[in-house]
Amino acid sequence: MRANTWQGRNKLSVETVPDPQLLNARDAIVKVSSTAICGSDLHLYDGYIPTMRKGDVLGHEFMGEVVELGPGVGNLAIGDRVVVPFPIACGSCYNCKRELYSVCENSNPNAAIAEKLMGHSPAAIYGYSHMLGGFAGGQAEYARVPFADVGPIKIESDLTDEQVLFLSDVFPTAFMGADMAVTPGDVVAIWGAGPIGMFAAASAKMLGAERVIVIDRFDYRLDRVAKHTGADTINYADVAPMDALNEMTAGRGPDACIEAVGLEAHSANPAIHAYDRVKQAGRQQTERPEAVREAILACRTGGTVSIMGAYGGFADKFPLGQMMNKGLTIRQGQCHVQRYLKPLLGRIEAGEIDPTFIISHRMKLEQAPEAYEIFKNKKEDCTKVVLTP
Amino acid sequence: MGSAGESGAGLGKALGWASFALGAPLVAIPGRVARAVGLDDTPGTRWTARSVGVRELVAGAGILAQGRKPMPGVWSRVAGDGMDVALLISGLRSARDRRKVGAALAAVGGIAALDILAAARLSRRTHPSRTSDGSAFTVRAGVTVNHPAEEAYALWRDFARLPEFMTHLRSVSADGTHWVAEAPVKDAVEWDATIVADEPGRLLSWKSAPGADVPNSGSVRFERAPGDRGTEVRVELTYEPPAGKLGNAVAGLLGQEPRQQVTDDLRRFKQILETGEVVRSEATPEGRRQSVVLAKRAGAPGGEGSKA
Repeated sequence: MRANTWQGRNKLSVETVPDPQLLNARDAIVKVSSTAICGSDLHLYDGYIPTMRKGDVLGHEFMGEVVELGPGVGNLAIGDRVVVPFPIACGSCYNCKRELYSVCENSNPNAAIAEKLMGHSPAAIYGYSHMLGGFAGGQAEYARVPFADVGPIKIESDLTDEQVLFLSDVFPTAFMGADMAVTPGDVVAIWGAGPIGMFAAASAKMLGAERVIVIDRFDYRLDRVAKHTGADTINYADVAPMDALNEMTAGRGPDACIEAVGLEAHSANPAIHAYDRVKQAGRQQTERPEAVREAILACRTGGTVSIMGAYGGFADKFPLGQMMNKGLTIRQGQCHVQRYLKPLLGRIEAGEIDPTFIISHRMKLEQAPEAYEIFKNKKEDCTKVVLTP
Repeated sequence: MGSAGESGAGLGKALGWASFALGAPLVAIPGRVARAVGLDDTPGTRWTARSVGVRELVAGAGILAQGRKPMPGVWSRVAGDGMDVALLISGLRSARDRRKVGAALAAVGGIAALDILAAARLSRRTHPSRTSDGSAFTVRAGVTVNHPAEEAYALWRDFARLPEFMTHLRSVSADGTHWVAEAPVKDAVEWDATIVADEPGRLLSWKSAPGADVPNSGSVRFERAPGDRGTEVRVELTYEPPAGKLGNAVAGLLGQEPRQQVTDDLRRFKQILETGEVVRSEATPEGRRQSVVLAKRAGAPGGEGSKA
């Protein structure tokens, strides 16, 4: 089959690789009908996530048709149309039983590597390094889905691929970011107007936020999120977010701050950006944590900061004292996607949201390397790329 | 693998040279480095790059000057943090938004301590569970399973299934009295064993019969975990490899990181109990093939997937 493979930093190629096989009794093989590039895939592309190997198949946002089933999968049938959540979860360990699917205790066969870095291993993720399992990803014609009796959600309505594809990651991830922080009546600030930030804005409104303010440096992204969610926007290249947020809230600061940027953040202050960039390039820190720093400083006292960007290890100059003295609540984590699949599919079916509003590019799987370049460099006003085999 | 001290010195030296490699271009050609990492080549970024470069050179020189016993990296890092503060002060002073200065300064003030913690934590070695006194060594490891003790015990008591999760074993008889282990040099090592204790839901222990090539013993205890957290399973294995070639081969039975090997075995035990089988990714389809087991003995880190 054809698959988008990682060949090194800033190097991808679509290759012919062996078809996936059933390896465990609870596996399914899915013929991919649509797949997307995630902002966190760019961290792999840029070489910031360790334990990638040449030839690894990328992609953790995908859906398709079940074409093969292991004997241990009782709830799916050949031909079912499914969306696959990005964290692989067994459904039976202590954490899964408590719906903490993204920290499943059993799905990562390479847990020993992750334990060395983190103390304990989170769940495995498709196409996201050997430390997180070494599972082949879904930017391919076919994908193997372990624990297929737990993860995939069947789509039985006539919704299009594009309407349900983002249940695999970005919509639930953003929704969880809002769910962990937002209470009705809140003023919510969101750092980053990428796919997560856009869905977070929509989710915050669904959860009763009175005002949502999205911060980014690209007007085309801010315009899109404002148009589709009714959020207010701040372009931090023009105004300092702290000033603007304080002004907009008469000095209180936002009640909930959602960080949707991740480890390659930019700063409006060239000195701070240079500092983070040089230290990250020299591998003296794995993160550029400017968005989290700013969210902590901007949040009202006693408020909640929800960190949904992807991070890999250690950050320098983290405002621990501000976080502590302001009495902030910090929430974070990879999304427990399986927990949100049904309720969010319900919201899509009910017409509360049309997730297609984030899509800017539709391309073929064969164009994946070009698509990554466009997405990474924000060419052609790119916000989200959907690939079809 | 050298002792922690030796490898520490080696690491220190490597870090010293790495500091030079990183620092020299930052000082010599800061503009090009800035562009290379995607920054605008402005006087400000040049100054930043050069400052960090100077620090790297100082740290590198400091480490290398110490020869075999390098100054602990944390201290050069602490010096570096002093520079970071100066850097941020300066950077922020020139920034348009002066109101941010106070906040950001507060952010860095006193946070150098975090670097000390991080560095100390990173440099801490794996807990040494292989206590070598002469030839015998004991390995201890534990795992928590989300099942009642009786069920965990029952899986372990099914001796013939031990090789499913203990990768160094080739076979165990159903009654637990005959064990065959893969051995790197000799094809296999086998021995007879007796069950020393068998308390359903609580304890199993076994010991090789007199005359075994490799006298060994083992036990596994099952205890209810606090609250509703399942069962704590704790394993203790003791091996007494004889002197000579066979002894060396057998000493490597559990790889160069015996505790890691047993921890991985217990992880597979947990997977079987909780999910029905050992979980495999595309990176781990080889299963228990001899080559994989051997590759692991050669000191490959981590679980099966670390092969390839």
